[in-house]
Amino acid sequence: MFPEQLNVPLGKWVNQFVDWLVVNYGAAFEAFADSLLTVLVALEQVLRGAPWWVVLIAIAAITWHASKNWKLVVGLVVAMFAIGMLGLWDKAMQTLALMIVATSLSVLIGIPVGIAMAMSNRLRAVMLPILDTMQTMPSFVYLIPALMLFGLGKVPAILATVIYAAPPVMRLTDLGIRLVDPEVLEASRSFGASRKQILFGVQLPLALPNIMAGINQTTMMSISMVVIASMIGARGLGEQVLMGIQRLDVGAGMEAGIAIVLLAVVFDRIGQAYGKRSQRSPNAEDA
Amino acid sequence: MSYIEIRNIFKIFGPDPKSALELAKGGADKDEILAKTGHTVGLHDVSLTIEQGETFVVMGLSGSGKSTLIRHLNRLIDPTAGSISFGGEDILAMDIPALNAFRRKRLGMVFQRFGLLPHRNVMDNVAYGLEIQGTARKKREVAASKWIARVGLAGYETKFPDQLSGGMQQRVGLTRALATDPEVLLMDEAFSALDPLIRSDMQDELMKLQAELHKTIVFITHDLDEALKIGDRIAILKDGKLVQVGRPEEIVLKPADDYVQAFTRDVNRSKVLRAKSIMAPISETEDEATTDLPAVSANARLADILPIALANGTAMTVLDSKDTPIGTLSPQQIVEALDG
Repeated sequence: MFPEQLNVPLGKWVNQFVDWLVVNYGAAFEAFADSLLTVLVALEQVLRGAPWWVVLIAIAAITWHASKNWKLVVGLVVAMFAIGMLGLWDKAMQTLALMIVATSLSVLIGIPVGIAMAMSNRLRAVMLPILDTMQTMPSFVYLIPALMLFGLGKVPAILATVIYAAPPVMRLTDLGIRLVDPEVLEASRSFGASRKQILFGVQLPLALPNIMAGINQTTMMSISMVVIASMIGARGLGEQVLMGIQRLDVGAGMEAGIAIVLLAVVFDRIGQAYGKRSQRSPNAEDA
Repeated sequence: MSYIEIRNIFKIFGPDPKSALELAKGGADKDEILAKTGHTVGLHDVSLTIEQGETFVVMGLSGSGKSTLIRHLNRLIDPTAGSISFGGEDILAMDIPALNAFRRKRLGMVFQRFGLLPHRNVMDNVAYGLEIQGTARKKREVAASKWIARVGLAGYETKFPDQLSGGMQQRVGLTRALATDPEVLLMDEAFSALDPLIRSDMQDELMKLQAELHKTIVFITHDLDEALKIGDRIAILKDGKLVQVGRPEEIVLKPADDYVQAFTRDVNRSKVLRAKSIMAPISETEDEATTDLPAVSANARLADILPIALANGTAMTVLDSKDTPIGTLSPQQIVEALDG
């Protein structure tokens, strides 16, 4: 047996820290939670309020814009249609709203952090182990503090999702910028480009395929996390899976599982199509 | 005063260059400093002057410091010690905005692997320097089009770099550097990545452009034939030290040491040497004796004189640019010069 005197009461310390946060900054967290919730609720209302065929047309339009491939458009519309046929349309729209907000937040935070990591080796050395931790820590573990800070519901679900899903876009933004051909950077500097001109004119455009791959991964991870987040009260497809587990209703669980996979496929294909497009300037096709 | 003045430049790579600098100044060589301190000497006490309008070639093998040297001229690399000035202006004293302005207005650079922006088409690559200067789109496209037409890239404006051959890509690289109409062109092994035939074409093209534009060109190469072909003057670098600076003929006829001599051994001398550098000058008194002989220009290269010499078998009169005889050249002299 490991000597008990050497035990470190880390758990207790963390509890004390979270308590302290709640007591001292509870109001601030609440205000933040409220604003996030406003955005989410509005988006959810739009998606659930819109007739199903409007959503299908919107998805078809986005797919066409990304891929210019009508086969893919038909395929993805059929996938969405199938979700409706499973009777899970409304729940899928709830999941979709959560996912869009969580992914947007991840990208909004992730890209600037990734850029900063590419600019500073020191920041990168600090961030990499943090990102590893964010990704390997069992997701249930940070559901708990999120729950304590924000209570049950959608906001902690979004935050847990952001923590889980933001690392890939940070990593790939950093990687993409670091992979830019040094001679191209040198050329740009030799013409007297400022740091801003280099970042927006050279580094980000050339890192775009990697950044798009990161966004795609982030989207996929947020789908999987949104499902887990139903355990702390997020609504949507995950709720259905949870219900299936609780009632040992294999069929209901299976239906929800299939709907989640279909949703993931739709987003993966759209994301990949945009990623492919970003490898080449849009006007390259007619050149 | 010369246009570009480089004074006692040292560049030492490593975590603490200042510590190794004292050793280098004390005369320790590259290997010694690497063994003692782990620092790499890039440039060792290099001083050069470059005149306005000349094509100055820096030649050396890989690791000689030639690419490091050219990057000092636009401060892509800063020296450990020494001074660099353009037209009397100390470029090492410039802060970032001043340096960027200096790079934008007065310098253009061409790279070995082209350094083109892969996400921009030919037009936008050529106009890049103007875009950085803040020129409006319409205006910069007009200016870029002019240069694109001049180097024979018309019709390729909407192509992307990866759709072009290496030679075409480097034409874009050269055009991009010229489009801002800089005073100085820095060319870092600009033609080294090209096929021999294309390389020769590009050298001719550069010389043709230079005859019209009179830029100050600093050209880096590892190829002595290229250096001798395009250079007005040539500097030879070895292990970060300057071995010799001189006109092409001086390099070939009077190599400073065994290192330079080894380089020049395989050079086609007939393409480098000119009549005036090997002729026997006419003394002022005996003038009329040579009038019957075939005449050659003082600047003619031996390669062009040889057919005349073989056809006549006699000595030749060397005329200067005003057609005044300034010397004679015998077949014997030609043979000796070619023999080295």
